[in-house]
Amino acid sequence: MVALTDLPKPDQKTPPTALELKLRRKARINTAIRYSVLIVVGLIMVYPLVWMIGASFKTNAEMFSSPSFWPKEPTIQGFIDGWKTSTPYTFGHFFLNSLWIIIPKVIGTAISCTLVAYGFARFEFPGKKILFVTVIATLLLPNVVTRIPQYLLFRDIGWLDSFLPLWVPSALAGDAFFVFMVIQFLRAIPRDMEEAARVDGANTLQTLVYIVVPMLAPAIISVCLFQFMWTMNDFLGPLIYISSVEKYPVSLALKLSIDTTEAFAWNQILAMSVLTLLPSLTVFFLAQKYFIEGISTGGVKG
Amino acid sequence: MAELHLKSVEKTYGNGFKAVHGIDLKVEEGEFMVLVGPSGCAKSTTLRMIAGLETITGGEIHIGDKVVNELVPGKRGIAMVFQNYALYPHMKVRKNLSFGLSLKREPKNKIEEATNNVSNILEIEELLDRLPKQLSGGQAQRVALGRALIKQPEVFLFDEPLSNLDAKLRASMRVRITDLHKRLRAEGRPATVVYVTHDQVEAMTMGDRICVMKDGHIMQVADPSTLYERPANAFVAGFIGMPEMNLVPAVLKNDAAPVLTLHDQSITVNEGLGHRLAGLAGPVTLGIRPQHLEVVVDGSENAFSAQITNLEFMGHEINVHAKIGDAVFVAVVPTEKFDASLGRGDRVGLKPIGPHIHLFDADTGQNVSLSANG
Ligand SMILES: Nc1ncnc2c1ncn2[C@@H]1O[C@H](COP(=O)(O)OP(=O)(O)OP(=O)(O)O)[C@@H](O)[C@H]1O
Ligand SMILES: [Mg+2]
Repeated sequence: MVALTDLPKPDQKTPPTALELKLRRKARINTAIRYSVLIVVGLIMVYPLVWMIGASFKTNAEMFSSPSFWPKEPTIQGFIDGWKTSTPYTFGHFFLNSLWIIIPKVIGTAISCTLVAYGFARFEFPGKKILFVTVIATLLLPNVVTRIPQYLLFRDIGWLDSFLPLWVPSALAGDAFFVFMVIQFLRAIPRDMEEAARVDGANTLQTLVYIVVPMLAPAIISVCLFQFMWTMNDFLGPLIYISSVEKYPVSLALKLSIDTTEAFAWNQILAMSVLTLLPSLTVFFLAQKYFIEGISTGGVKG
Repeated sequence: MAELHLKSVEKTYGNGFKAVHGIDLKVEEGEFMVLVGPSGCAKSTTLRMIAGLETITGGEIHIGDKVVNELVPGKRGIAMVFQNYALYPHMKVRKNLSFGLSLKREPKNKIEEATNNVSNILEIEELLDRLPKQLSGGQAQRVALGRALIKQPEVFLFDEPLSNLDAKLRASMRVRITDLHKRLRAEGRPATVVYVTHDQVEAMTMGDRICVMKDGHIMQVADPSTLYERPANAFVAGFIGMPEMNLVPAVLKNDAAPVLTLHDQSITVNEGLGHRLAGLAGPVTLGIRPQHLEVVVDGSENAFSAQITNLEFMGHEINVHAKIGDAVFVAVVPTEKFDASLGRGDRVGLKPIGPHIHLFDADTGQNVSLSANG
């Protein structure tokens, strides 16, 4: 296929050759087709999101009466009522709860995954192969399989209705996917810098902190982002372990408003959903650059 | 500064591969020792064992009067320059230089002074605030050199530091490094250096002594001229020198004067060889450098008759490739002495110059033509 960008820029001095004209026409048609397909598919994908944002400004009555996403009489009543919630707490309280789950979890994940990945990628120790296979095996294991034993375990320790069951597994590098991701990234980084640091007198921990972590930054940022977004959206985890409304994160709080209201106040639910999306979106766009560098492994430039 | 002593050092890798077979090497204080050898002969392994980046599986390594076998690299008093520079990519040049010192918690002003001093010597002052990715290869290598220099180590280790540079830069860096070595010696703090390369020009021009290695064994340790003129074995003879020494199986007979038989031709070597042989006879490997093979008129006395297979014009000299039986010899002839009417297929005489003939044991490859006064 010919892309427009492959062809020389038309300039006034030398008239384009016949072949060039033909190629250019072909390239234009190609581009037009490609972009139309992309735009159509893209629109189909984002339409629900756009509709949700539009609908959050509708009245409850208008919600299902017109398919258009554009509110006839825009109102922020949904946001005001939704924020108050039907519980003694405002939605802000649930946001703080979410944050209180997310921040320790993200920090714990970043530290533990880096340590474990560093160990696997750079050191030889007895049983390494078996341990690594175990880590990868947990990647393949469906999540639900471990839910019940995990629940029983945490119940017996007495951690139910606290954030500990949400924090602790991640802080112990329980997310095999992240460990795997960091290992892959680390494998692409030559060892010479670490060896140079050892010759410079750094011990293992100093090498990790001063040399490896900065080089791993894109991967670690990606890990934090993923963990942030997944925890923000996690519904099942808090649902299982947290029983008092006071400790609910936003994902549960949203569900709460569906449960308790007889006639669903859809506009409130949608308004709060929009708010719930905001942190993830903001964080994603702020860190986009590192994020993309991090997931396309081999981030060392020559 | 200190001397470095390897005592029957061995290395077997985790996969059971024995890379180093008990080598003994003594590098004197302030000496520039070059390790050279073909790819895979364990030069890097040896260097990394000295650095402490690889554990040794036998023997002892002494630096000064300490045995350093068990010490971590940072405690051995060494500094290393890597082939691909290995600068810390996220640190400015200044921080790259001072990283080692700041780990040792040296006072700030001392670090600053040392940084300025080293960047002055290597002319990298204007690069101090750049990141490694903003440096050219030559600049990066100078920074890497500075990172080693700033620590004032007992022993400097270089692993093919110039092989990523282009030919011109390599030549100038070569001079820079030897100058630096001389300068340190003149300042009264001579630097002990172990320098790994597979480039024999680097080896010959830089080394006080050269250690030639092959498959984890040391073949010979000597100064450049000894290595060139009195190679201990056929391997060293073939490895050092450009173009390579001609090494051809021959038969030696010792009458009044030694007689060399090659294919179906025999010549008598009247001078320069007989007194070195002490009555030896039998099958040998004849070694003669292209520079020591005279091209004479075919049929001359005591010259092999050979057929020219190729002529390479090099400007000031000509490489003459000529065949005796299956054996191809190369002779280097100054252009002005070469008979321009000769061409491919013509016959010439090849006359080895007696004092420069080497004979190697056909089985062991040891040089048997090295008498004490040879
Ligand atoms: N980690 C390792 N495990 C097993 N064998 C290894 C390892 N590292 C090197 N070797 C082997 O040890 C031998 C020596 O390797 P080394 O890197 O020291 O060679 P070298 O002389 O530096 O070669 P070059 O000139 O190509 O750098 C080689 O045969 C190599 O295959
Ligand atoms: Mg090497």
